[in-house]
Amino acid sequence: MTAHPTDLAKQAANAAPATLTLAVEDMHCGGCLRSVERAAMRVPGVDSARASLAAKRLTVTYDPAQAGEVALIEALGRVGFTASLMDSAKQDRGDGRQNYLLRRVAVAGFAAMNIMLLSVAVWSGESGDMDPALAALFRWLSALIALPTVVYAGAPFFSSAYAALKGRRLNMDVPISLAIVLATGMSLYQTMLNTEQVYFDAAVTLLFFLLVGRYLDETLRVRARGEAQNLLSLQNGIATVIDPDGMRRQVAANALRPGDRLLVAAGERVAADGRVVSGRGQIDQSLITGETAPASVETGTQIYAGTLNLTRSLEMDVTAADDATLLAEISRLMLAAEQGKARYRRLADRAAQIYAPAVHGLGLATFIGWLAFGATWQTALTYAIAVLIITCPCALALAVPAVQIAAASRLFKRGIMVKAPDGLERIAEIDTVVFDKTGTLTLGKPQLIESECISDDVLASAAGLAAASRHPYSRALVAVAERRLGAVQPTSGIEETPGEGLSCGDERLGSAEWCGVETGDARGSRVWYRRGKEAPVCFRFADGLRPDAAETVAELKRRGFGVALLSGDRQAVVAQVAAEAGIDTWHAEMKPAGKIAWLEERAKEGRKVLMAGDGLNDAPALAAAHASISPASAADISQRAADFVFQGAKLGPVAEAIDTGRRAHRMAFQNFGVAAVYNAICVPLAMAGYVTPLIAAIVMSSSSILVTLNAARLAGGGRR
Amino acid sequence: MTALAWLIPVALGLGALGLAAFLWALKTGQFEDLEGASYRALEDEPPGDETGRN
Repeated sequence: MTAHPTDLAKQAANAAPATLTLAVEDMHCGGCLRSVERAAMRVPGVDSARASLAAKRLTVTYDPAQAGEVALIEALGRVGFTASLMDSAKQDRGDGRQNYLLRRVAVAGFAAMNIMLLSVAVWSGESGDMDPALAALFRWLSALIALPTVVYAGAPFFSSAYAALKGRRLNMDVPISLAIVLATGMSLYQTMLNTEQVYFDAAVTLLFFLLVGRYLDETLRVRARGEAQNLLSLQNGIATVIDPDGMRRQVAANALRPGDRLLVAAGERVAADGRVVSGRGQIDQSLITGETAPASVETGTQIYAGTLNLTRSLEMDVTAADDATLLAEISRLMLAAEQGKARYRRLADRAAQIYAPAVHGLGLATFIGWLAFGATWQTALTYAIAVLIITCPCALALAVPAVQIAAASRLFKRGIMVKAPDGLERIAEIDTVVFDKTGTLTLGKPQLIESECISDDVLASAAGLAAASRHPYSRALVAVAERRLGAVQPTSGIEETPGEGLSCGDERLGSAEWCGVETGDARGSRVWYRRGKEAPVCFRFADGLRPDAAETVAELKRRGFGVALLSGDRQAVVAQVAAEAGIDTWHAEMKPAGKIAWLEERAKEGRKVLMAGDGLNDAPALAAAHASISPASAADISQRAADFVFQGAKLGPVAEAIDTGRRAHRMAFQNFGVAAVYNAICVPLAMAGYVTPLIAAIVMSSSSILVTLNAARLAGGGRR
Repeated sequence: MTALAWLIPVALGLGALGLAAFLWALKTGQFEDLEGASYRALEDEPPGDETGRN
């Protein structure tokens, strides 16, 4: 990316089309796909727009002289999609590697099938009347197909094995490469001598099955990585800058500098840290503090990037932007905590450490043993190759990824996304579940309570007013009215006075003061409605438990998990929620560092903790826990830190994730068991020289299929 | 036996054709959004209308 300035100028003059990628949230169906593409195409200067449902991204080519990311993000915003620019450095989902493997799977598959066809002819004509010249021709044809295939399709294994050997380590790819190279080289030599011990089929079939395993593993990684990048880019919004001369212009949030003056419209997220210089209103700070009640701000108040401006537009001076914001700082803290998790060694890697030396040892022992007993070096080598192929670590190369793919797709159908590939292994080991309160155990959104005391008539009128506002209380009110009365149409002619309330004719909805109600109770969680001189009606709001919270906690306890509640909220509130959910162990008024300390204490006691949390304040704890899960409503950063993200209002997915993790773990061990039994039977036979490499390859393949079918059982069961 | 002289090349050629078709499909990005493609098939408008500018 170091184009010379004159080159750039030349490009601009020629109006060379530029390409950018946007992450688009909430794109779930074919209809969304079309709306997104159409909205982007309507922006002047856009040449083409192509959305991907799988990646939740939109790729646009446009004329940089006419269009830009700001215009595109705004156009998508108008049709109801939140889009954000992908950093060009971060937009690689790594599907290049996926395609690299898929190409090799295709080539190896083609070669394996054709060589197998030729081999079947040769082997079946072996004892009969097949013309030896024809058999030789078939062997040479096999060689012709096999050699380029091994060079091309074997590259991923060879390069990995070479890198491992260079670092003086052993990995699974070393025995794999050795087996493939030896089998191919040996077969070529035998073909030249025109003998029967030719095993190109074994080498290429082996390669094909191993590549399928690699490809499945990579698919899961790509999906997880893509989702993580989309979440990360959500911080890259656009912001309105007011220049000193009063002109307003739109810039990308990561181009803001301290000292810029920003206009934050109602309903917009604040793009940088700063101080309010004019205007007063309310902002939703739940992303930073986890507190759901909106906070009032006025001139001089410090506000943070990522908070949501609820009521009226504010002007602010930027004090810190881009990488210097509190949001970015917390993100860095979290990354540091994540380093600890990197120490976790995956099951397959741990197995490889024991397996690889054993395989080499057995292969070498077979070769030397047969030489010692007076066999020719060709025979000894053939038997050694059979041992290497028989012991080929398919259970490790294929079984574990197959189980993980099956488990991930099972969870995906139930609204749970697996973000860390090794998360499934870690969640299987946990014995304690720790919940955060706001947004995790509770819904994190104010709910209208005691709504049954309010008459339909009053509710309908109040909801008609509330429909015009985006205040959380208004939304909760409309939600209840829609549940009870059907669709709510906003009353026409509504005026909103930000921070106070709504009015329409003689109807008023808002604070006690706004409705002229005398009340001694100044607590903020209530809204009043008054029509003319009629008696005012009070709507009360509270943050409710998730509908199945108590049930899920009881279920977890029944299965013998320790359950605890950690919250930053006040003692009384936490005690009440703990009692409602049936949690005996709870701690209130905890800071993020306190949560980490608590988790570390548990870790010292030898307990493995699953942390379920959502707020930004939970992010470091999520990263520090043995495994973690976040609701989809959580702060972006928490979702990034978590191993799992679940959707919907229910808490049941937490139990589901643990359950599936444990089943996947059991199944991985079953698969290791299958592999162990098969090795125990076949390895002695191979060492004794009863197994030719062809039979070895067929037996090995069938054990792979067995193991994959076993894993597929996990993916069963429909959508819930 | 002479039939083999052309049967084998034809068999291999057909296989290679399938392989080439798959690699071409992969290269032109036809597997990039399998989920979205299932919805695009239901679109009534011809692909030429993609511009949405009419």
